[in-house]
Formats: sequence, structure tokens, C-alpha cells
Amino acid sequence: MKQYDGKTVLKIDNLAFAAGKIYGLIGPSGAGKSTLLRILNLLEPPTGGKIYFKGIAVEGKAKHLLNLRRKMTMVFQHPVLFDTSVYENVMYGLKVRGVSQREAKRLVEQALEDVGLAEFAQRNACSLSGGEAQRIALARAMVLKPEVLLLDEPTSNLDPANVAVVERSTRRLNEKHGTTVIMVTHNIFQAQRMAEEVLFFYRGRLVEKGPTQQVFHNPEDERTRAFIKGEMVY
Amino acid sequence: MAEIWTGLWQAFNLIINLDAELLEIVFLSLQVSGAAVLIAAVLGIPAGAYLGMRQPQRVRWLEKVIYTLMGLPPVVAGLLIYLLLSSRGPLGPLDLLFSAPAMIIAQTVLALPIITGLTLVAVREKNKEIRDTAVTLGASPPMVTATVIREARRSIMGAVVAGFGRVIAEVGAVMMVGGNIKGHTRVMTTAIVLETRKGNFELAVGLGLILLGIAFIINSLLYRIQGEVGQH
Repeated sequence: MKQYDGKTVLKIDNLAFAAGKIYGLIGPSGAGKSTLLRILNLLEPPTGGKIYFKGIAVEGKAKHLLNLRRKMTMVFQHPVLFDTSVYENVMYGLKVRGVSQREAKRLVEQALEDVGLAEFAQRNACSLSGGEAQRIALARAMVLKPEVLLLDEPTSNLDPANVAVVERSTRRLNEKHGTTVIMVTHNIFQAQRMAEEVLFFYRGRLVEKGPTQQVFHNPEDERTRAFIKGEMVY
Repeated sequence: MAEIWTGLWQAFNLIINLDAELLEIVFLSLQVSGAAVLIAAVLGIPAGAYLGMRQPQRVRWLEKVIYTLMGLPPVVAGLLIYLLLSSRGPLGPLDLLFSAPAMIIAQTVLALPIITGLTLVAVREKNKEIRDTAVTLGASPPMVTATVIREARRSIMGAVVAGFGRVIAEVGAVMMVGGNIKGHTRVMTTAIVLETRKGNFELAVGLGLILLGIAFIINSLLYRIQGEVGQH
């Protein structure tokens, strides 16, 4: 459960994500999807209730939380790149983890290759277009080979070519490293393309969760059906 | 108008001939203001960064005080330091009144709120912008702080430039605690006041132009450094 100023924005009784799957989180604005991602990424503690990561309770010492947080990462809707070279940006997470220079260099080059921006390494990150910046933000996350990758509407501002790169890279990370992907999206087609399971949120509650095809073609809840058909007024 | 043209001519002559008295005045100005800004930066940047990283509600009052002091009239700062340093004041035994150190102290008091306040704003802004990103990439709290400050470096440099601009141009504080003693505490601004009073408009205008020129050169240098800082 999460409350801001006494107002409940998210209330989930019980929810588990299985390792290695790709999840799509859909629902109207203000449904609590982004809040859930922030809680899952341990950016904010829940107001009530508990989080478990691989059976371990997420609570206690800062050191413990930092170690857990380093197994996951998030890409935001609006990428924030550091005011330095593209290379140094992608290097950041490896640096804070103390990965050796040589190993880090290899991984960074690989990650830039993956998102098709290898030749951008020495460019200043602030000179990139929106799509390029988001691809760098994704490379910066993927280079960490996280166990969980949280994506908060990562492609809502991108053109189709960049969307394709982001989706392809994400899928590849999932296949190669078994990374669990939890993706908030406003694009129902993207959810259908990417997700194995879809979760529909409405007004802070989890309404429905199930295999993508089932949720889209045979939803159990009337609100889910209305949302998917674009008939929901909110 | 004639004074301005003769002033220009005279300034030109003074510079070409490397007039000894002029050089002394210029160097003292740079020394005093440079030292004041250095001290203010050493104190103000960490203070501003610390306050900028804290919750805005928690530092609200202190912040208001800093912003108020950013507009502190130089004569008031001068008066304050005068009272502290005068022979009957608490720091009287140090015998600093009417000396260069006294002027440095007064200008530090003027530059400190500006550097602190502008650093605070810059760091707070960057903190909002990049904290989440740094945290999600696995940075520990000290690393997050280091990253935020590094990201704010251009604005912090701007804060130092603003602080320097304020003190190199002020006259009230250095006049009160320095006394405009020839060869001892006479700086460009106090010399301009004196020469104007004496009716030496040409020399006053000349000094004014040199002051502008120096401010321009110093700012250009600092902005160049700022640009280079931004590159890496």
C-alpha cells in the first residue's frame, strides 16, 4: 500500500512476479503503475505492507537495501543523462559497483553496440536527440545485466524506429540473461508485442493479471475490457 | 562628454606607461577581492551544497536569511566589520582595522551569501533532476551527493563569478574598513570616489574603464574555465 498525504494511491493485497518473464503494466493515468515501479525499485518504501525479493524481505540496513537495489534498475519515461560523454554515462553503474576498468570498457562498448550507438561513445550526452538519449539510458541500464529491469513508459516519446530498437534490446536482455522485465506502457500494442503477462491497474487497485492473450481477448473484468477497447472514460 | 574622452585617453596613457601607482591599486583590488572570493567559495560551496541536498522545508528559514543577505548593502557589511574590528570592538586587539585583511573580511561577508545561495539553488535543482537516476543505477548516498555536485558544477562556477562581480565592484565596505589609504588600502573603487571628489574626472573615468576592463577579462577567464569544466 502507498499513501501520499493520507491519500491512498496504490493498494495491492498480494502480487508476485516470476523471474525471467516480461510483464506489461497497463491502465489509465493515475492507476498507480509508476508508484508500483518506484516501490519495486526501492526508491520509496511502501506506507504499509512488505516487499520480498527472491524470498528476502526488503527492509533494514541501508547497506542491505543498496545491495538489493544493485540487482535491479529502472529506465524512466524522460531519460536523464549526466552532463558528460555517452561513454561515461553508460559506465556510471559499473563504476559505482567497482567493476574493473578493463572489464567495464568491454561491457560499455558491447552495450553501445546493442543499442546501435557505438559511434556515439565520445559525444556529450546532452547533445543527443530524445530517441538517442533513451537508447543510451537503456544501454546504461542493460550494461548492469540486472536481474530485474523496470521500464516506466520508456517509448512514449519516441518515433517507431527508436521504439523498435528499445523493444528489441529489452527482449534480447531478457532472453540472454533471464532478466525479469516489468514495463509500464500506455501503448496496448506494445504490451501485446512484448509482454508474456499483463496486469491491468485501475484507481490504485490491481484489477486483472493473466497471460497476455487471455487478458486481451478474453478479459475477466468489465473494466479491463473497456480499457482495451478504448471505451473507458477516465 | 569631454571628460569621458579625456578619461579614455588618460586611461590609455596610464596603462601604456604602466603607471606604478595605478598598478599598485589594481593589484591590491585583485588581491583583496580574489582572496575574499576564494574564502567565500571554500566556505560557501560546501555549505550551499549541503543545504541544497536537504529537504527544502527543513532549511526554509535559513534559506530566507541567505537570500536576504545576498542583497546586504556593502556599507552595512562594512559597518558591521568596522564595529567588530575597531579598537573597542571584540576583535579590536587584532589591530586589523584599515588594513587589507579587514577589507578581505568585509568582502568575504558580501560574497559568502551569494556563493552559498546560488550553489544551494543549483544543487537543489540538480538533485531533483538526477537523484532518482543515480539511485536506480546503484549509487550509494555519498556517490549520489558527489554526482549531484558534479552535475551542478557549471552553475557553481557561475555562483563564484557572480560573487567576484559583486565584490570587485563594491565601494562601501572597503571604504569603511580600509579607509582608502594611499599605498596601503586604496583600491580601484575607492580611488574612483576620491578622484571624483577632487574633481579629477579624467583619472576617475580612466580608473572606471580599467575596472570594467579587468572585470571583463576576469569574467572571460572564469567562463572559459567553466566551459572546460563542462566538457569533462
